[in-house]
Amino acid sequence: MTTVVIHGEGLGKSYHRGALQHSSLLRDHLTRLLKSPLSVFRRPKDETFWALKDVFIEVCEGEVLGIIGRNGAGKTTLLKILSRITRPTTGWAEIHGRVGSLLEVGTGFHPELTGRENTYLSGAILGMGKREIDRKFDEIVAFADLEKFIDTPVKHYSSGMYVRLAFAVAAHLEPEILLVDEVLAVGDINFQKKCLGKMGDVARAGRTVVLVSHQLNQIRRLCHRVVWIDAGSIRKDGPTHEVVSAYESAMARDKGNGEQQERGASIVARFLSWEISKSNGEGSHTLDNHEPVTVKFTLDVKQPIKIGHYGVALRNYEQQVIWAWATQPLRLGTGEVQLCHTFPMLPLRPGPYTWLAALYDEGDLVDSWDCVPEMIVATEIYQHPQEEWKGILNIPSDFRVDGRGSGCS
Amino acid sequence: MSAVVTGPRSIPLRESPVLRITPPARWWVLPFGELWEYRGLLYFFIWRDIKVRYKQTAIGIAWVVLQPLLTTGVFTLFFGRLAKLPSQGLPYPIFYFAALVPWTYFSGALQNATNIVVENQHVITKVYFPRLILPLSAVLSGLMDFAIGFFVLVGMTLGYKMRPGVAVLWLPVMLLLAIATALGVGLWSSALNALYRDVRYVMPFLIQFWLFASPVAYPTSLVPKPWRWLYGLNPMAGVIDGFRWALTGHGQPPGPLLLASASAVLVTFLGGLFFFQRMEGTVADRV
Repeated sequence: MTTVVIHGEGLGKSYHRGALQHSSLLRDHLTRLLKSPLSVFRRPKDETFWALKDVFIEVCEGEVLGIIGRNGAGKTTLLKILSRITRPTTGWAEIHGRVGSLLEVGTGFHPELTGRENTYLSGAILGMGKREIDRKFDEIVAFADLEKFIDTPVKHYSSGMYVRLAFAVAAHLEPEILLVDEVLAVGDINFQKKCLGKMGDVARAGRTVVLVSHQLNQIRRLCHRVVWIDAGSIRKDGPTHEVVSAYESAMARDKGNGEQQERGASIVARFLSWEISKSNGEGSHTLDNHEPVTVKFTLDVKQPIKIGHYGVALRNYEQQVIWAWATQPLRLGTGEVQLCHTFPMLPLRPGPYTWLAALYDEGDLVDSWDCVPEMIVATEIYQHPQEEWKGILNIPSDFRVDGRGSGCS
Repeated sequence: MSAVVTGPRSIPLRESPVLRITPPARWWVLPFGELWEYRGLLYFFIWRDIKVRYKQTAIGIAWVVLQPLLTTGVFTLFFGRLAKLPSQGLPYPIFYFAALVPWTYFSGALQNATNIVVENQHVITKVYFPRLILPLSAVLSGLMDFAIGFFVLVGMTLGYKMRPGVAVLWLPVMLLLAIATALGVGLWSSALNALYRDVRYVMPFLIQFWLFASPVAYPTSLVPKPWRWLYGLNPMAGVIDGFRWALTGHGQPPGPLLLASASAVLVTFLGGLFFFQRMEGTVADRV
C-alpha cells in the first residue's frame, strides 16, 4: 500500500429542494408561470441541500475501504461521484486506474434476452470488453450454476437464478478499482459467501475496493480501513474496528434522541441485547433460513414490575413497520429476563431490519430500544426477479397446475 | 468540516491513466476519445435494440418491410389514384416507397432517440458511460431496418425495369444526412424528454407534421417557388428528394435545396450536442 489511486478534495454535492421534488411535467412549470408571471425572473427560494460537503478522501492501491453511515448520510452520493455517475458540485478527484462500479446487481439485464445474451450485455455495461467476456464466459456460467438454462430468456428464470447470474457477471469484473454499493445485501447466504469469497480474492489480488455497506459484519470482515460519513461529511476515518465500534455506539446512543434520553435515565429496567437464538445455543443477528426462528430480547429488571406492558415491532429499511405486537400485562421480578418470540418462519425479503422493543409500567414508558445491531435477512429468494415486483414478503409457495391436459413442463 | 487523513500526504500518486472528476464545465469538450473507448458498449446497445425489438413480435422482421409497404399502398390509393397528385413521372408505388424507406428510418430513429435516455434511466443512475452513446445507438440500430427496406426497394425498381445510373453514388450522402438529422434532433428531444416527459407525447405529433412538411406524399414541385428556400430548411426535404432522384433519376438533382438542408442539419446537430452535453452532467440526478 504505497501509492494513492483515489484522491478527492473538497468534494461536495448539492441538490435544490426544487430539483428533488422536481416535476417532469411542463404543465407544472406553465401553471406556476401563469400564477405568478414574474417568478421567472426571481430565483427560486434557495433551498439548497448538501448531500455531501467538503469531503476529502484518499484510497491507496490494494486497500479495501469501507464506507458506513446511516441512510441518507451521503455514502452513495460519494460513490456515485467517484464512479462518475453524477458530477460533484464542488471539489475534484483524481482516479488512477480502470474503474468498475457495481451499484446494483443485474444492471442492464433485459428480461427478453437469454442468459447468454444478458451476460454479454451486462458485462459490457459494467465495463468488460467482448473478448474479456468471451474468455470468462464459461467461468461465469459455472459460477452461477446455470449451464442448462443459459440459452433461456431470463424472464423465465426463478428469482434465485436471476440473482445468481447477475452476481456471477459482476463477480468476474476485474477492474483495478472496484466501487461497490450494498449489492451484497441480496441473495441467499451461501451465494453471498461465495461472492464475498470472490471479492476477497479480488482484494488479495491487490485490487482496490471501495465498499458501501450497512452490514457491519461484512465491513469488519473485508475492510482494512473505514470512513464513516454523517450528514454529508466525514465523521471518522481510520482502522476498521475503531470506526465501526465508534459508529455502533453512536447509533445506540443517539437513535431517536428524545426517547433515548429517557432510556438512559430509566432505573426500573433496561433492554440489554437481542439475538436470534439457534438450536445449537449460538446467538446471531443474521437470518438465513425459513425454519422456525426464536428471537430473544434480554431485559435487565432493576425494580420489580407489577403491571408491565411489553411491545415489540419490526421495521424495515424504510422504517415501515412490518410487524408489531404487545403483551397482556406482565409481572417481572428483578434480574435478567429473556423475552423470547418463536415464529414459524420470518418470510421477509432479504435486507436489513431493525427490531424495536419497549416496556411500560402502569402506562409509563420504562425503556424503548431500537435494537442494535440490525437484523440482516439473507434467506433464499422466492420473489419476482424484477425490482418493481419485489414485495415485502418472501414466502415459498407450493405451486401446481390443476386441470386436464395442463401442468408444469 | 474537514476530514481526518490517515495516510501521510506525501505518498506518490500512481501513474496514469488518470481520470479527473470535476464539477460540470461551463463550456463543453467533445469526448471523441472517450466515445471511441466505449465503442464496444455502443455495439452492444445497438445489438440489444435490434434483438429486443423483434423478440416478442409474431412475424418479427417482416414488420420492417410491411410497415412502409402498407403505407405505400395507402398513399398510392389516396394521394395517387384519388387525389391524383403528380409523381415526377414515376409509378406511384415507386414514388412513395422510395420516399417511405428513408422516412420510416428517420421517424423510427427519431422516436427511439427521444425515448432512449428515459428508457435507460435505470442504467444511467447505476453505471457511468458517455451518455452520448444512447442516442447514437438509437439512431444507428435503425439502419438494420433501413437496409432491409432498401433491398426491397431496389428489387421493386428492378421489377419496374428501371436501371439505376451513376446518381446512386449520392445515396450514401443522403443516408448520412438522414442519420445526422435524426441524431441532431434526437439529441435535443432525448435531453428535453429527460427534463420534461411531455416531449414523449409531443414527438408523434411533430413527426406526423414533419411527414407532411417533407416531399413524401407529394413532389417538391408542388411547393411554390418563392417558398422553396424555406422548405429546404427542412433537412428531410433534401434527403427525400435526393434519395428519390439518386435511385430513379427522376426529379431534381441535389442543388441549393440540399445545401440549405445540410446547413440546417449542421446547426441542429451542433446545438444538440451542446445541449445534450449540458444535460448529461445532471441527468443521473433528474431522470
